[in-house]
Amino acid sequence: MSDDAQGKRDFAGSFPDGEVCHRLLSSDLQEVRRLQEEIDLRLKELKFSERDRRGIRLALEEALVNAIKHGNRLDQSKKVYVCYCVRPERFDIHIADEGAGFRPEAVPDPTAPENLERPSGRGLVLMRYYMTEVEYNAQGNVVRMSKVRDRSP
Amino acid sequence: MSSQPRRRRLEVEEIGDVTVVNFVDRKILDEQNIQIIGEQLFSLVDEVGRRKILLNFGNVEYLSSAALGKLITLNKKLQAVGGRLILCNIDPQIYEVFEITKLNKLFNIQKEEQAALQAF
Repeated sequence: MSDDAQGKRDFAGSFPDGEVCHRLLSSDLQEVRRLQEEIDLRLKELKFSERDRRGIRLALEEALVNAIKHGNRLDQSKKVYVCYCVRPERFDIHIADEGAGFRPEAVPDPTAPENLERPSGRGLVLMRYYMTEVEYNAQGNVVRMSKVRDRSP
Repeated sequence: MSSQPRRRRLEVEEIGDVTVVNFVDRKILDEQNIQIIGEQLFSLVDEVGRRKILLNFGNVEYLSSAALGKLITLNKKLQAVGGRLILCNIDPQIYEVFEITKLNKLFNIQKEEQAALQAF
């Protein structure tokens, strides 16, 4: 498989055709806000629970801020590529930045007693808690997250 | 982006020797806001010299990891000068964020403001 084809698979592998929204964000935190609003509106239309919407919003915040701040290092010439899909039973999103990537397993566990006072590293913990799946590509510059809808009353 | 007015993000009140802080924002998510909130909180310790700080989260609906980072730094600053930080009035959904990150073990968290004032 060519690199290009691999890249496309990284992004759109699990998405059905025709329902995927593609967005290209500049490394501007205001764009995070706009995308969150856009996605939340769609989740609301499909009657996702308050709790799901809240968790997704927080996970999006953490993942997009990571991409812009730590990935692209706030470099305005770099982009964040997002594709997402909201279906009645689940929400899927891929977020790719143009940074060097990172190794999620190398981030010290911030919930370990000796790390509780470290001021950073909690975004990943929150993403993993609120989303059903969180997975990085090998380079660590693409995150794939999904949330299976909460059916509890 | 930088054209936003730099308005005050905290409402600060003195009750006895305790500085009680309420947040203006309902969502402490936005990176820029968090930077400003952090600076304003730190200046209470570094510049104004407050030693007992009570953060009332009554207004707050959302909190991100970047905001948690500021709280941790504030806590450290206060500990370094023999001061104390107490948090109160935290909505259950926000308390969940403290639990997930185990920060409920690091911070002194009280239910009500009155109980918190007495805990200093």
